[in-house]
Parts: sequence; C-alpha cells; structure tokens
Amino acid sequence: MNKVFKNAGEAIHDIGNGSIIMLGGFGLCGIPENCIAALVKKEVKDLTCISNNAGVDDFGIGLLLKKKQLKKMVASYVGENAEFERQLLTGELEVELIPQGTLATRCMASGYGMPAIFTPAGVGTEVAEGKESRMFNGKEYLMEYAFESDFALVKAWKGDTAGNLIYKETARNFNPLMAMAGKVTIAEVEELVEAGQLNPNEIHTPGIYVHRIFKGSVYEKRIEQRTVRD
Amino acid sequence: MLDKNQIAQRIAKELKDGYYVNLGIGIPTLVANFIPEGITVTLQSENGLLGMGPFPLAGEEDPDLINAGKQTITTLPGSAFFDSAMSFGMIRAGKVDLTVLGAMEVSENGDIASWKIPGKMVKGMGGAMDLVASAKNITVAMMHTNPKGESKLLKKCNLPLTGIKCVKKIVTNLAVIEVTENGFHLLERAPGVSVEEIQNKTEGNLIIEGEIPEMNL
Repeated sequence: MNKVFKNAGEAIHDIGNGSIIMLGGFGLCGIPENCIAALVKKEVKDLTCISNNAGVDDFGIGLLLKKKQLKKMVASYVGENAEFERQLLTGELEVELIPQGTLATRCMASGYGMPAIFTPAGVGTEVAEGKESRMFNGKEYLMEYAFESDFALVKAWKGDTAGNLIYKETARNFNPLMAMAGKVTIAEVEELVEAGQLNPNEIHTPGIYVHRIFKGSVYEKRIEQRTVRD
Repeated sequence: MLDKNQIAQRIAKELKDGYYVNLGIGIPTLVANFIPEGITVTLQSENGLLGMGPFPLAGEEDPDLINAGKQTITTLPGSAFFDSAMSFGMIRAGKVDLTVLGAMEVSENGDIASWKIPGKMVKGMGGAMDLVASAKNITVAMMHTNPKGESKLLKKCNLPLTGIKCVKKIVTNLAVIEVTENGFHLLERAPGVSVEEIQNKTEGNLIIEGEIPEMNL
C-alpha cells in the first residue's frame, strides 16, 4: 500500500467542512505548516481544531482563524492571538480550554486504546464541572475521555515510505501523541526517505499509526520569541 | 523591598543538589540565573526537555528548540527530549522536586488563581493546572499586592482557581511565607520591611511567631 502523497493539497483532499482535526505543535514549534496552508487554500469551514495553541495572528492556526474557518478550538493556551480573543469574546468561536497535560494524555489514551484516563489536574476548579471523579489513595482524580478526531495532522523531521517518523528536539511535543490518535493521520516531513533508510532503533512513531506521508515543500519555522544571550 | 530579580535570588536558595525543577513564566524564569555554585540542578521545560541550557548566542537560534515560554534556548550535556505526555507524566508522578510559578491570588489554605480574569483575560491554563495538582513542592513567586495595592494573599481567592490546597511556600517582594493548616506563616521579611507592613498588606490570616528575621540574600 502506498502511503506517500505528492503534496499537502493531495494529502488533505478529503478533509471537509465540519471535520474534527488535531494539529501537532507547541506554539509555532513543530506545527504542520504545509497542511495548514493547504487547509487555508481549500477554504474548508466549521472545523474543530484540537491543538495546544492557536498560533499567532498571521501564522499557524491563526491563518485558519483569520479566514473564519474554525467553529471550535480545543487548546490549553491561546494567549498569543488577538484575533482569537476577539472571536472568543464576540462568541463567533466556541472554545474549550483544558490543562496541557490532560490534552496530551487524552491524545495518548486514544492511541493506546484506552477510553479514559484519571488525572488530578483541574480538581476543585471550573475544569472539573460536570465531570466524574474518583478517589485513589485518598486523592481525587477527574475522569477525562480519550479524544476522537477525524484527522491528525503532524509534523516530523524525518519520515520513510512506511510512515515511520522521527522528530527533532522540542518540535516533538504533541506530534507523536496526535499521530497515534487520528482516525486518519497525515504526516508532513522535512526529509522523506525509502523504507530501510531510517534506523529502527531511532523511530519515535511507528508507521502503523501513519496513513499518509508527504515531504513539505517549504518550512518557514517562524520563531515566536527570539531570545539570545550577550 | 525586593525587586523581581531579588525574589528569584531568594527562591534560588531553596534549590538543592540533584533537584529537578520546573520554572514558570515571568519571575520564576529568573531563578535560573541564581542557581548556587557547586550544586547540580536540572531544569524541566514542559514542552519536552530536561536539561534546559541558557539562551543561544545571536545567530545560533534554533526554531526547533524552545522553552515553554516559546523562547529560543539551548541544551546542555545530559539533556533529553520527550513528548508532552511523558513530560506531564513525570510531573504527575512526582519526579519534579520543585515547581516555581507566578500567581494572581493565593489563599490561606494554599489555593491558587493564575489563569483567568472573567470577561477580561482569557489566555488559558497551559500546564499550570497539571503542575499544581501533582508537584509536591510548589513555590509561588509574586508581588505581595496587585497594581491597585490590594493584597494578593487572601482568605479566599476571588478569581477562578488553578488548583486547591497546593501552594507550600510564597516569596513576595515583602516576605517569605509558608502555607500551613492555620494560614500564612511568616518566615522572613524583606530588608527594610516591617512586620506591620506585611501584616497590613496580607488579607488572609498571617501567623507571626517570635522575632521575624530579615531575609539573607
């Protein structure tokens, strides 16, 4: 079976209006830039996006926000995006904020075939409202469900034609977790090689989780907070 | 009265050899500049790095290598990368020895509010709820009062909570305070600051026992 697609447009061809999609990345680090550009070009609407952040005003998921392509955003931190805040306060955009570790672990649970997890994050806060909780060893934990998504869009450093992926540095973040959680997982990579050219000891995401793979045509890799020492 | 760097400097005195430490955004980040000589402290960045090094030199910035504040950083000998689930796994499992974070309000029973001002600011909790729910040793670094001069050490938090009964210690521009079952236990006062001033600027129950020493930076 061929998993290799020519470009982002072809790889996302069946993402339609109303799809639930996961997008890897932390801030602008390790985001699927090429998939996002293709979604903007395709002008799909009413998307539900699950991602740690919402990009900045003119990059990342911010590009989808600007074109009003999102119906709902599920994230842990959205502080860097003025358009996001505007759409949230006017009620144009539905937003669900969840703790970062809960977000990561709900993705992991999905890929591990576990329907739910128990976490202490959010106990006693508004995050706990309406949720089941349970005591273990005298401490309270919330039950949080595994995520369900139609598509997971992830970015890796290297990939092979079998769909195996290797991430670079902190660009790993949510990518391997979301890769495991998509009904259809689409991976974009900086370097695409033939199966057998990556060292099996070094694979982060085994190809069984990856349905489609393509080499991204351009990587801007924008830095959000360029900080240097003297 | 301490400035932000001095608050960080005082917190750094809590560090011990072999500690794994998570530093939040703002004053907590500055703690990294005051790690005492002769001890090894490993910084955890919750976006997936243990062994966070200093900011890079100009021209050596790497867009794939950032901290939780999205700043460019570097690695150190012995650094390790991991995914976000493992990152919060090690936090949840209590492997991180000390967590330092900022706050908008802390209550006398150790509740903390830090992520939302209804109707005004909605940025999200990021990893703060996970950290305060799990870490065993949580220190808050903050100003004693808000810009209006109102106490941030309260009987009960007014803002939406980040976590409950979790803060162990508070270092402000005025004092070092331990959170106990009976309220805020005053341990130290900042140079030149009187016990009366701390009392006046603390709304929650302040426990004052004996002579309160001046901080030693």
